[in-house]
Amino acid sequence: MAECRSPAAAFADRFDAASKGGALRLAELPFLTQVDIRVDPASPAAKDIGAALGMPLPVAPGTTVISGDVTVAWLGPDEWLVIGPEGYRFDLLRKALGERHGSVVDVSAQRTTLLVAGPRARDLLAHGCALDLHPTVFGLGRCAQTMLARAQVVLLPRQDGLLVLVRSSFAAYLAEWLLDAATEYLAPRL
Amino acid sequence: MMLLIPCPWCGPRDEAEFHYGGQAHVAYPENPAALSDEEWARYLFFRDNPKGAFAERWSHSAGCRRWFNALRDTATNEIHAVYRVGEPRPVTS
Repeated sequence: MAECRSPAAAFADRFDAASKGGALRLAELPFLTQVDIRVDPASPAAKDIGAALGMPLPVAPGTTVISGDVTVAWLGPDEWLVIGPEGYRFDLLRKALGERHGSVVDVSAQRTTLLVAGPRARDLLAHGCALDLHPTVFGLGRCAQTMLARAQVVLLPRQDGLLVLVRSSFAAYLAEWLLDAATEYLAPRL
Repeated sequence: MMLLIPCPWCGPRDEAEFHYGGQAHVAYPENPAALSDEEWARYLFFRDNPKGAFAERWSHSAGCRRWFNALRDTATNEIHAVYRVGEPRPVTS
């Protein structure tokens, strides 16, 4: 079997070094299971998928529901992203949908997940993101698809920072950008 | 200059997140086979070009990826209204 190598694996050491100062914590959370669900939110199928997830699909734009280690993020009025740990069994979701109109697709390889945490996490992201990231408007339970440094990302707030879901082919670019933008938070004060 | 476009789903976002889709409410001909070449060309290529309010399609391609309509003033770039596909063009003064 081929060896699994995550898109930002080459940045692990530099992420670690950047995390030493205490202002920031950068890391890749590789190989999370990501499942794209498309279904009419008013349909019985949506209800059954919610039951299989153990939480309803969030219908308000830009919101997430979290239960244990599984997050369901709103991507569109009939589209959601389920993010679970590596090896998360999503066949239950496919079974819940059955033959009805909709889709449950494994998109784990499409994006990798970068963790941007620490007290300056939101300041760092603000260098390349036009959204208001203040925790009072963009805290736990929110999500957004937007541009970060001209790369398409999904932003998911966490307790002490944010998850940045980025396309695998953009991961190296975004990792370089994050490390570059982080410089001012790492340099010793003069 | 950058427009701030209020996506009807995601709220106000940078213009860079959107793609433009041209004039809205251009109905597909009921019976395309019955059209003359000239009528077909008119349907395909001829669009209004008003100075003032213009109903146009936008796609929030870097966000929720939904198409929606916007009523934009072509002279001032002011966006008077946005509305979802299937909703009627709002009346603005």
